[in-house]
Amino acid sequence: MNRTGKSVLLVGATSDIGRATALTYATAGWDVQLAGRSLESVQREADDIGTRSGANVSVHCLDILDSDRFSDFVRGLPVLPDTVVCVVGELGEQDRAEKELDHASMVMRTNFEGPALFLGLIADRFAARGSGTIVGVSSVAGDRGRASNYVYGAAKAGFTAFLSGLRNRLAKAGARVVTVKPGFVRTRMTAGMKLPGLLTAEPREVAGAIFAAAEEKTSRDVIYVRSIWWPLMTVIRSIPEPVFKRLKL
Amino acid sequence: MILEGWGRYPRLVSEVFDCRTSADAAEAVAKRHGVIARGNGRSYGDAALGDVATLICRGIGRMKRFDPQTLLLTVEAGVMLSDILDAFIPRGYFPPVVPGTKFVTVGGMIASDVHGKNHHRDGGFGAHVASFKLIMGDGEVLNCSRNENVDLFFATIGGMGLTGVITEASFYMKPIETGWINQKTIVADDLEEALAALQAADESSYSVAWIDCLARGASLGRSLIFVGEHAKREQVVAHKAERELFPSPTRPRLSLPMDLPAWALNRTSVSAFNGAYFRAGVRKSGAPSLVHWNPYFFPLDGIHQWNRLYGRSGFLQHQCVVPDTNALAVLGEILQRFAASGKGSFLAVLKKLGPGTGLLSFPMAGYTLALDLPVTEDVFPLLEEIDKVVVDAGGRLYLAKDARQSRLTFEAGYPQLAAFRDIRRATGGDAHFASRLATRLGI
Repeated sequence: MNRTGKSVLLVGATSDIGRATALTYATAGWDVQLAGRSLESVQREADDIGTRSGANVSVHCLDILDSDRFSDFVRGLPVLPDTVVCVVGELGEQDRAEKELDHASMVMRTNFEGPALFLGLIADRFAARGSGTIVGVSSVAGDRGRASNYVYGAAKAGFTAFLSGLRNRLAKAGARVVTVKPGFVRTRMTAGMKLPGLLTAEPREVAGAIFAAAEEKTSRDVIYVRSIWWPLMTVIRSIPEPVFKRLKL
Repeated sequence: MILEGWGRYPRLVSEVFDCRTSADAAEAVAKRHGVIARGNGRSYGDAALGDVATLICRGIGRMKRFDPQTLLLTVEAGVMLSDILDAFIPRGYFPPVVPGTKFVTVGGMIASDVHGKNHHRDGGFGAHVASFKLIMGDGEVLNCSRNENVDLFFATIGGMGLTGVITEASFYMKPIETGWINQKTIVADDLEEALAALQAADESSYSVAWIDCLARGASLGRSLIFVGEHAKREQVVAHKAERELFPSPTRPRLSLPMDLPAWALNRTSVSAFNGAYFRAGVRKSGAPSLVHWNPYFFPLDGIHQWNRLYGRSGFLQHQCVVPDTNALAVLGEILQRFAASGKGSFLAVLKKLGPGTGLLSFPMAGYTLALDLPVTEDVFPLLEEIDKVVVDAGGRLYLAKDARQSRLTFEAGYPQLAAFRDIRRATGGDAHFASRLATRLGI
């Protein structure tokens, strides 16, 4: 297999989308750095990806809520990667988040604060180097707040806005930022939910879309994995608030 | 949850545990008595239906390591064969044994000690397994190999999951120069010629016969024998571009989006198909041809959900093996009964086997005949009669395909059953692990 000499850092590597994305890069000949909270779980995925692809895979411990360690973490990487993909996400439980401040705070920090602070740090390095691609996996839930998941949605909305600002800032510095909104994905996070087939992607499909947007079709800034989500969310965004607030969504 | 095997008969209710790590599986084993591990559910009958609960083990599906020097590949047991092929064919390695579908897990391949087209030469999958990890009834995880927990090792290979839950396994891959097979088709006008052709192909890596199980009289047992070798590099570059040395898997070209009505397959339609298929084989016979690994080893995987072919009520696969001695007479009698009944299908396969590895492994030195039959009331007595012929000849039926054989047939066919039961009792397997197959047959 031809190695490209390029490297990618996956943050949230033990998620279903994370491992699928890591494998897509590894199979394409990239070196892969996997980061996650539990070193044991990350090692399991690293062995898997290394064995399947023959790629060089390194494992790194990173807790997205522990921002004090971010600088050390970046310094400890074998090399500053060409691409960083952040797939960290925590759906939480909406009804719990409405009553327990701690839970709501955890959802907000995991989906927004942690990823934003971390990618902000990466952005500095990429700007200094004058190259690099940042991929942030956000969510269609951030396109408009809905009663069923607005705590998660608000955090993702913040993350989407952060990525948009980062893109604007880095455009002049030679680095790229790609925002990915996967829509429904069949993963552990959605296990047991009834998902509409047409709107639901497999992790592998999300991984392919991420790789394509980040490394192949390099003019794309914001992507929905399944294109049907774009008109759908455009309609949902355009419903006037007096009507929207009465809808059950 | 209602579960079924690939044959969609029987359909039974079982509690289900979704296991993503071996710790999940150990936890489920501790919670329920009468559990069985299920891989991708490609055994045909009730082997992967838990008596009380079923552990869905696909999530225990990470590869661990591969050593190109020793060729030893270590994977978690839920890893699919198709994933191994995707990952290793482009790098020039092939699994030691592959069954007729690639949509099976490594755990399932060990538990059924699956055989492939190379069984006459290389033995079953179990023969190439170096070691595996097994969760016992008490939650302990044992390493089993040819030097460690040896009894359990040979009881678990072909042991249908009844000794414990396999969570990880190491086995030897083999190097290949290309992803192509050099195939030769040999025409046999009757059963005697077919057996002779399979016998003559003993030195070939791969051999299998498609048999027209509706042909009668002088044509009884007429077959096409497909003999194959992994193609050498120079044989392929003469015909193909360099980048095609290791072709990617082919995608399913056909799909059965719904059940075929039960009348669609009848004596006339299947006879017509078989006749046309046989004549096409006659035209292609003689000259060797290069065949892509995917359609060569897994022709039926090319039709997505082909198990819907037989309609809603499902189908049975009858796969027996009979010893070498007298095989011609015994197989002739079996084929005559099938042909006379008109029940046979177009998916009938004849193959020469070598000896098995595990205590309950299906293979024995002899010939195996497999064919599919839609589930109808009158098919059960027909198979009962055929089982008698098999047992009288010293043969047996494949547990991974079985949904209906009697206890008597089973007990007569597996002479090492007593030893298997002893080991299972001594290691606590009988108290913790049970599939519907096991309760039905009193294993």
